[in-house]
Amino acid sequence: MQRSVTPPFRPSSRGYQVVTRDWAVPLIHFENVGLRYGMGPEILRDLTFDIPRRSFQFLTGPSGAGKTTLLRLLFLSLKPTRGLIRMFDRNISSIPREEFPMLRRRVGIVFQDFRLLDHLTTYENVALPLRVRGKDEAAYRSDVLELLKWVGLGERINVLPPVLSGGEKQRAAIARALIDRPEILLADEPTGNVDPPMARRLLNLFLELNRLGTAVVIATHDLSLMDQVEARRMILSQGRLDIYE
Amino acid sequence: MNEQRPRREADPPQPQRRAEMRVRPTGPIVPSANVSGNALMCVIAIMSFLACLTLGGVSMVRATAQSWQSQISREITIQIKPDDNLDMEKALADARDLALTFSGTTGGSIIDRAATARLLEPWLGGGLDLDELPVPRLVVITIDENDPPDFAAMRQALTEMIPQAFLDDHRTWVDRLVTMANTTAMIGSGVLTLVFSAMVLTVVFATRGALSGNRHIVEVLHFVGAEAGFVASEFQKHFLRISLKGAGAGGLLAALSFAIASFWQSQTLATPETDQATALFGTFSIGYTGYLGIFAIILVIALLTTLTARLTVMRTIYEIDLIRSDPGRTDTFQG
Repeated sequence: MQRSVTPPFRPSSRGYQVVTRDWAVPLIHFENVGLRYGMGPEILRDLTFDIPRRSFQFLTGPSGAGKTTLLRLLFLSLKPTRGLIRMFDRNISSIPREEFPMLRRRVGIVFQDFRLLDHLTTYENVALPLRVRGKDEAAYRSDVLELLKWVGLGERINVLPPVLSGGEKQRAAIARALIDRPEILLADEPTGNVDPPMARRLLNLFLELNRLGTAVVIATHDLSLMDQVEARRMILSQGRLDIYE
Repeated sequence: MNEQRPRREADPPQPQRRAEMRVRPTGPIVPSANVSGNALMCVIAIMSFLACLTLGGVSMVRATAQSWQSQISREITIQIKPDDNLDMEKALADARDLALTFSGTTGGSIIDRAATARLLEPWLGGGLDLDELPVPRLVVITIDENDPPDFAAMRQALTEMIPQAFLDDHRTWVDRLVTMANTTAMIGSGVLTLVFSAMVLTVVFATRGALSGNRHIVEVLHFVGAEAGFVASEFQKHFLRISLKGAGAGGLLAALSFAIASFWQSQTLATPETDQATALFGTFSIGYTGYLGIFAIILVIALLTTLTARLTVMRTIYEIDLIRSDPGRTDTFQG
């Protein structure tokens, strides 16, 4: 399938607010972060790392090492038991819960189980983040259609998720995560349900997105996928994190 | 027939363009119809129907009790016992005239001999000759319920003028009827309270049950950055539609039932069955206040369902946040 490499986003046409950013400040900063479930053992221990802007990294480790838990910390769906997390230059422990939706809008996430809504079409699922922000459909329709073409779902816009294949669902979930141009994209096992050629295509999609300025974190234990790209590797093992630049 | 249009030199070759796919009209975020939604609508319709029937029934019983009470307290009776030296007909006329001099009386009539005989017929049989028996005679005085006369003064004046006269202001009966009417109304109010409580609980639990099947939608909306107010308003709109449909159907059916019963009653007036039903329950007409009550029930149910939906969604989001702040609560941990 021929796919255009033209960036599907036109920030100027979507009226983004121009914000001056300090590029030296990382998007996310973890310092001595630890997490345990209830009274159990610590799942994550003394994690200290940065996710720089525009960076690309794999998060890997054996099953049960805590990859999904770390992604949930990054996505603000869990709070650490100890340590400091700064996101977008703000200490998350001092942010009131009413402000979390605004922060989540700056993070795109692709869930392992896609979490598409079965009663909405591919187009409507992808447009959902814009719809919940109160945007008018006329203002985003062309962007959504363009992005769907970019991920190879241009012919599947009116199809409901139960009819989509695993790879199509994965791409729809990725498109939904990307539609509002997040500053960072988190993907949990994005190639877990697809064959190797589709995995390669999805990887290209993430790389293209990263070239456009979005930081990407891919949680995977697919070694062949990681071997295809020279990228930073964050390896979780027994709750500790080793980083290979 | 198969003639082809000659291609003109000037016609430029048309590029092959694929038709742009049309996007279907955007569907609602909360699915408009599912099994639990339909079940909830049925539950709401049934509860609304029962609540409206109870309300109508109770207002009918209350109106009937009030009507009994009002009818009996609109009249007083002067009873004159026969005496050897008493000219009964004159005494009856004097008693009526005296009673009518009091303010608060609106009219008076003497129960004539024939009517008195008819009154006594069930006990003494037909062909009764009143001259042979010392039967008391009656004068019925109608009074203004809202401004009744001074019964004590009337009683004293009557006794002074006609010692054989006795004034019965029906107080004993009125008191009994007031007690009975109040008891009936109280029982009705109790039943209404029970039915309303059952309706509230059923609607609340049915709404929460229907929402539990949509928890994944709340989660997805929450994770794509929707604010709690937005998620709640989407569900509110959905449940408001369901409840208005259900409560509207139930209320309409109840109103229709009363209208049909009232129509049947008006069409079968003066038959023994209708007379019996009317004596027991009064008229089936619930009046405009009854219909207003039904409308109010529909609104209350719609409000209740919408409020429950909002609170349940807000609580679901709160629970998601609670898991965020206390990882020990999560049961979806994956390595």
